[in-house]
Amino acid sequence: MIERRPVGTLLAHLSLVLGIVVVAFPIYYTFVASTRTTVEILSPPLPLLPGDHFLENYAGALFGGVGRIGGVDVMRLLFNTTVVALAIAAGKIVISILSAYAIVFFRFPLRMVFFWMIFLTLMLPVEVRILPTYKVMVDLGLIDTYTGLTLPLMASATATFLFRQFFLTIPDELVEAARIDGAGPWRFFRDILLPLSKTNIAALFVILFIYGWTQYLWPLLVTNRNEMNTIVIALSKMISFADAATEWNLVMATTILAMLPPVAVVVLMQKWFVKGLVESEK
Amino acid sequence: MHRRVLFPGTLLPLLLVAPQIAITSVFFFWPAYRALESSLYREDPFGLSSTFVGLENFREVLSSPGYLHSLGVTAVFSLSVALLALTAGLVFAAMADRVLRGRTVYRTLLIWPYAVAPALAGMLWLFLFSPAMGTLAIWLRRAGVPWDPLLNGDQAMLLVVVAASWKQVSYNFLFFVAGMQAIPRSLIEAAAIDGAGPARRFFTIIFPLLSPTTFFLLVVNTVYAFFDTFGIIHAVTGGGPARATETLVYKVYNDGFVGLDLGGSSAQSVILMAIVVALTVIQFRYVERKVHYA
Repeated sequence: MIERRPVGTLLAHLSLVLGIVVVAFPIYYTFVASTRTTVEILSPPLPLLPGDHFLENYAGALFGGVGRIGGVDVMRLLFNTTVVALAIAAGKIVISILSAYAIVFFRFPLRMVFFWMIFLTLMLPVEVRILPTYKVMVDLGLIDTYTGLTLPLMASATATFLFRQFFLTIPDELVEAARIDGAGPWRFFRDILLPLSKTNIAALFVILFIYGWTQYLWPLLVTNRNEMNTIVIALSKMISFADAATEWNLVMATTILAMLPPVAVVVLMQKWFVKGLVESEK
Repeated sequence: MHRRVLFPGTLLPLLLVAPQIAITSVFFFWPAYRALESSLYREDPFGLSSTFVGLENFREVLSSPGYLHSLGVTAVFSLSVALLALTAGLVFAAMADRVLRGRTVYRTLLIWPYAVAPALAGMLWLFLFSPAMGTLAIWLRRAGVPWDPLLNGDQAMLLVVVAASWKQVSYNFLFFVAGMQAIPRSLIEAAAIDGAGPARRFFTIIFPLLSPTTFFLLVVNTVYAFFDTFGIIHAVTGGGPARATETLVYKVYNDGFVGLDLGGSSAQSVILMAIVVALTVIQFRYVERKVHYA
């Protein structure tokens, strides 16, 4: 603070509070709807305070109710989405840290060719090669499999670049000392590089978990059977095929359940989240 | 940049890069090559034979009114999203930079939309504004606005723009906050001693010094509006009403999977790739500049 300006500070607080209200309102409104009955939801305006069907709706959504709407239980959908998010996050970190290690600490034939191949993938998001990638998935028999849902999303340049940038900051003296002490490449990786990368790994994990959880186009393409849907895809199907019998209270509760895990990750691991976000975009 | 101290060996590093190169080749380069190839061919309706047609698919795509319409839709959509999300993020960051008390609480409460999937963000706003059950839609109608995003294209566009920007504000906010913290305090103090008030300090010092951040965010937001918003449009409007919200990415998906037009969809994919390459080049040139700034 440079000078005292009570009015200005008050104004800043007020606009921040206003911003938070605008940002939070859609989520709050859906939460309110998730505690009410379908009849109440379909006769707006909805009172802006939670109703008394919280337990009923969430128990209904979690234990069987959603099966009546989309054909698959929420438990199964949450399980699928968790598998996808965790596999993408873990797989991407392992694959990228290995290739970054090779590219920074070794000199081998085709090194620069591989480097540019990885770099170029930045320019080829799934969205620009939808149909041919789908055909490759069909040819490989990966439709409706967890492998198909996760493997193609594991290779990307961003994580590799983050590790590369970090590895370049490790002083040569450290590598030299390790080698004089007789450490081979594997031992150096396990005992020095991995412990040093801990904070980067944690930050990346948070970002990649959210990335995996919020995927849309890819799961939409590679799943035909409802049992393999992620929760986001299942919800979008529920809404586009809505009819008079749709139990909206359960749809609302499912929407909240679908948002809860990644939001909890962001709020609880905020420090890693901010670090991961700011650094992986450099 | 090169290291002086390296490990010997050829087989080990090749094994280490193998997983990433394998996945990249199978799921990135091979499909991209297929897109390039099939953009030059035309398949008969049964998929039995294909004939080489050169750049005919591109000529057809680029001269079709549907594609040009979609290009216009994408431009309006991306510009609106980038403008709205950047302005909101900048205002919140400037305010958060002013207050001392409660800064972390504000940050926590402003960043969570980042974790909401784009499609879900679209649904949240649809629940608020759907003519059948949205409370805000009812309020709008009572206020005399003929609100129906399912029939009115402009209103549908407004709905997806707001939903897409809502999700992106937290991202911009975090980067603007980081950018403002990197500005030396002494500069701002010197201006304050010279008698510049908060507004003047913002426009003559803070905002100009933030320009690398702003430019970077402009590119990121454009890429986001182009590609990551597919979920919002697919879940909320399905490109409608009457193609009013059909962006380029949605059209590639729709022509390829619903219309089954392989050559046309591939030609559109190739055009999109060219756009991504251009945006990436711009971004990297900027990153080079940012290094000198810091």
